[in-house]
Amino acid sequence: MPNHVDILEAEPLSLDRVREVARANFEAGFRLVTLSVVNLGDGNLDIIYHYDKNLEMRHYRLTVPIGVTVPSISDIYFCAMLIENESRDHYGITWDGLVIDFQGCLYLEKDTPPPLLRGPSCTISTIGR
Amino acid sequence: MSRTLIPFGPQHPVLPEPLHLSLVLENETVVEAIPKLGYIHRGLENLTALRDYNQMIYIVERVCGICSCIHAMCFCHAVEHLMQVEVPRRAKYLRIIWSELHRMHSHLLWLGLLADAIGFESLFMQFWKIRERVMDINEATAGNRVIISTNVIGGVRKDLSREHQRWIVDELNILETEMHRLEKICTDDYTLRKRTVGVGVLTAEQVIQLGAVGPTMRASGVAQDARMLHYEAFKELGFTPVTALDGDSWARTIVRFKEVYQSMDIVRQAINHLPEGEINVKVRGNPTGEAVARVEQPRGELFYYVKGNGSKYLDRVRIRTPTFSNIPPMLAMLKGIQLADVPVAVLSIDPCISCTER
Repeated sequence: MPNHVDILEAEPLSLDRVREVARANFEAGFRLVTLSVVNLGDGNLDIIYHYDKNLEMRHYRLTVPIGVTVPSISDIYFCAMLIENESRDHYGITWDGLVIDFQGCLYLEKDTPPPLLRGPSCTISTIGR
Repeated sequence: MSRTLIPFGPQHPVLPEPLHLSLVLENETVVEAIPKLGYIHRGLENLTALRDYNQMIYIVERVCGICSCIHAMCFCHAVEHLMQVEVPRRAKYLRIIWSELHRMHSHLLWLGLLADAIGFESLFMQFWKIRERVMDINEATAGNRVIISTNVIGGVRKDLSREHQRWIVDELNILETEMHRLEKICTDDYTLRKRTVGVGVLTAEQVIQLGAVGPTMRASGVAQDARMLHYEAFKELGFTPVTALDGDSWARTIVRFKEVYQSMDIVRQAINHLPEGEINVKVRGNPTGEAVARVEQPRGELFYYVKGNGSKYLDRVRIRTPTFSNIPPMLAMLKGIQLADVPVAVLSIDPCISCTER
């Protein structure tokens, strides 16, 4: 029986294997749960792919420098389209072959400050009378 | 054939929250649907940098009003796992009681919205009237109706008295009688079936490929529910997911009906077997490492990725909500249906846009 909570154990992934792994999981009947993007603070990003089949999860970790274009898997898993667009909004990741590309405007507008400089979107300000 | 572009939303009678769809039509048939989000994006994940892990519980509760308690529970699971905290048994049962109450009132809210979307305002009010009983239970036991803030790292902060336990069981008995009455009205009604049967069909294969979760997935015959992972006290209480086979809006309605009854049973069982003892343990230190956690929200699987660095501030909290997963299947189910059926099909995934955009 898989666990509802686990320490993350992710298989390392390279850029050239992203689509190959996605294709293999798709054909094996795995569902794409999501991608988690983490800014490592050293100029690199972790992109963690989470797949699931019958509640059993597989995780793959891709570490890339900020600014690198990553191959999209949205033509394999259509549901990756929203996730990849979201990561473009938040982390500026550009995706090669994204089936619907919102160009960084899935949630945000064009005049929003660049990714990684935005900080929390929720801020509180007070206006004096 | 010429195509017409019809904007659907962001303000629409069936949508309690803003979502925009660009519908491409040939005559009255939808051939493509493109979503536009961003009307209520709050950047809550980014607040990780400014709020410590205890404060983050209150942030994640505000991702969604309807299932706030379940967000907090999932986040607590991840942090407790990183800190190797064992939650007392009584707290595990109490977490189940409150989370199943949230599932009940969420499904009752949705059933009311469905009735309203189809034009049955009286039925809508009946569903929301009985939902009030669940909200009253939340208010009486936790001090608030929606965002109840019962979860803390290491357990829960509120207990249930014996009087409360008896009263909850009495309230659920009344609720169940009322539910049976409303279920009969719904299942016997010609119009309700006409508006939902065969509308927005998803096959079992599609739900896996498109990443559907929750009732949207189970209504297509896929028996998957995060409660099968036996979190909290589900191992002791036992759990079998509710499924249907047809994959249409009617099947999704039936799954939610049955899940309300199932949640009532779970709450009764949890109260009957509620162990004595502490409701929380003292927690020392800060979380280190990466954990992933999953629980079942009313709308489906909720996924949290949490990365701690040994300080009280976490490096990252990633939240994948069920509606975020159910939007691509919804886009697929809209293809080929009539424009008049779009509102019911969109509503059938029980969209929560606050969750989706965070």
